[in-house]
Amino acid sequence: MTTQQGTLRPAVSVEDHVLGPADAPVTLVEYGDFQCPHCARAHRVLPKVLKRLGDRTRFVFRHFPLGESHPDAIHAAEASESVAAQVGEEGFWRMHDLMYDHQRDGDDSLDDAHLIRYAGQAGADPSMVALDLAADTYEQAVKSSFMSGVRSGVNGTPTFFINGRRFEGDWTSVDAFAAALESAAT
Amino acid sequence: MPNASKILQPGTPAPDFSLPVTPDQRVTLSDFRGRPVVLAFYPADWSPVCGDQMVLYNEVLSEFHKHHAELLGISVDGPWCHGAFAAQRKLHFPLLADFEPVARQYGVYREHEGTTERALFVIDGEGVIRWSYLSPVGVNPGADGILEALESIDARAHAGSPSDGA
Repeated sequence: MTTQQGTLRPAVSVEDHVLGPADAPVTLVEYGDFQCPHCARAHRVLPKVLKRLGDRTRFVFRHFPLGESHPDAIHAAEASESVAAQVGEEGFWRMHDLMYDHQRDGDDSLDDAHLIRYAGQAGADPSMVALDLAADTYEQAVKSSFMSGVRSGVNGTPTFFINGRRFEGDWTSVDAFAAALESAAT
Repeated sequence: MPNASKILQPGTPAPDFSLPVTPDQRVTLSDFRGRPVVLAFYPADWSPVCGDQMVLYNEVLSEFHKHHAELLGISVDGPWCHGAFAAQRKLHFPLLADFEPVARQYGVYREHEGTTERALFVIDGEGVIRWSYLSPVGVNPGADGILEALESIDARAHAGSPSDGA
């Protein structure tokens, strides 16, 4: 049995949350967890890296909430999907940024009350998001993203894939991360 | 670099063992006959990469259980250490203390370090290794290979066993 470990599957599609041009030579996929401190750190590195690459990179975010370690992570992921369904992709990315920016405000900074507040700030109707969380409307969507990560060989959060291959290098340094993307672009 | 030539290969009967999981409890591999076992050797409790690997498997546990598979983590740490590690990371599967070391029989013992390699074995219900994988010690191998191996065991059982479902 041959196993190609660390290969992104399924490939990026219209189902994904995507920033950047569809014909960019580099596709960077992150499997992330909104309650994961390492992901919050990556969130501070990524804008600088993506800025350097400009139009040559598109960035994709997929959910990989580690619910046993991070009790609010699954609802945070579901809340971002609820916002995306209501107000579209711009809303998703605003919600994504708000959750990472506020992650370390306090122990309760990603509880349902806060998620609903951020959803309002991201342009969604807070009461609709509250209903979606209570009804687990996006539970399956988030679970399916998580399982695609498991299938792709995600081995912790964040895990990055550059053009479909798991990235084992250093994402904490803007220079090193940008260099890896540069080499994939050529 | 890991020596990939000595790790036990698919088709080999899995060497049986009985190892402590807590100071007064042991786990015996052959007790799991009839269902698959995932044996995950890792170098040490507490090191950040290991934590990630066991935390990941903890999150994927329900997928392993869909295949009726039992997951056993195994390292040279003692049962007290395992207990503290499992409690802190909220792990819902046993961690075995490999003081023998059993890892040597599986071809995944690092003699100089006195630790196990980072290696995975998927053993079928008959006690035969169906998949093995040796990872570079610093790289968490993820769970994709394990799930594929479990699916392949299921497919084999459905294809070959008339007693299935009887």
